[in-house]
Amino acid sequence: MQNLEKEITVDSKLENIDTLTEFVEQALEPYNPSPKAVMQICVAIDELFSNVVRYSGSSKMKLILDVNGDVLTATLTFIDEGVEYDPLAKKDPNVKLPAEDREIGGLGIFLVKKTMDGVEYKRDGQQNILKIVKKLT
Amino acid sequence: MQIKKNVEGSVMSIALEGRLDTMTAPLLESEIQGKLDGITDLQMDFEKLVYISSAGLRVLLSAQKVMNKQGKMVIKNVCAEIKEIFEVTGFSDILTVV
Repeated sequence: MQNLEKEITVDSKLENIDTLTEFVEQALEPYNPSPKAVMQICVAIDELFSNVVRYSGSSKMKLILDVNGDVLTATLTFIDEGVEYDPLAKKDPNVKLPAEDREIGGLGIFLVKKTMDGVEYKRDGQQNILKIVKKLT
Repeated sequence: MQIKKNVEGSVMSIALEGRLDTMTAPLLESEIQGKLDGITDLQMDFEKLVYISSAGLRVLLSAQKVMNKQGKMVIKNVCAEIKEIFEVTGFSDILTVV
């Protein structure tokens, strides 16, 4: 299948989570992705975009979607111009703790790290650039 | 997301339909938080729930903590993808999934 590259820029508002997930779901449809991969990508979008909205101070965020049609892999790149923030630097939560001792934070990025095939962060000038990779099959 | 809630005596049943995510988790929270007095059995039906993000997990964790003290909470009809999220996050040890 053919490769694809699409991008979208949205205001940093939680309401735009759906804008982003719809954008990605529609773009991926022709590749017949597994429902599980789509679901996990949507969760990753929810988690990562929520963090940008809440913590980065950036008024907008750009999402670039690349699909490699040969190996059926999607790469999503999240770019914002907020404060420097590497979500991967957060310590993983201890998933063995009982309910009373579980901390509320850190779950989102942990989920992304566990469900994506690759996660990468870099700071480039004034931009946070976070890339996730997921096989679509 | 649609929420169907039913209270009969000390049993509260909640069925979710759609997505439990950052935008919709507050809806579930408002149905549960502060409303569990006298409830000893919280039954959740996830048959029509297609995904859950960490915001949803947080609401479930809060509910579980309350129910641990006053009764039980059970989640049924969980799809495979959500079960996997529970496993990855250790929530399968915290929640009662049937």
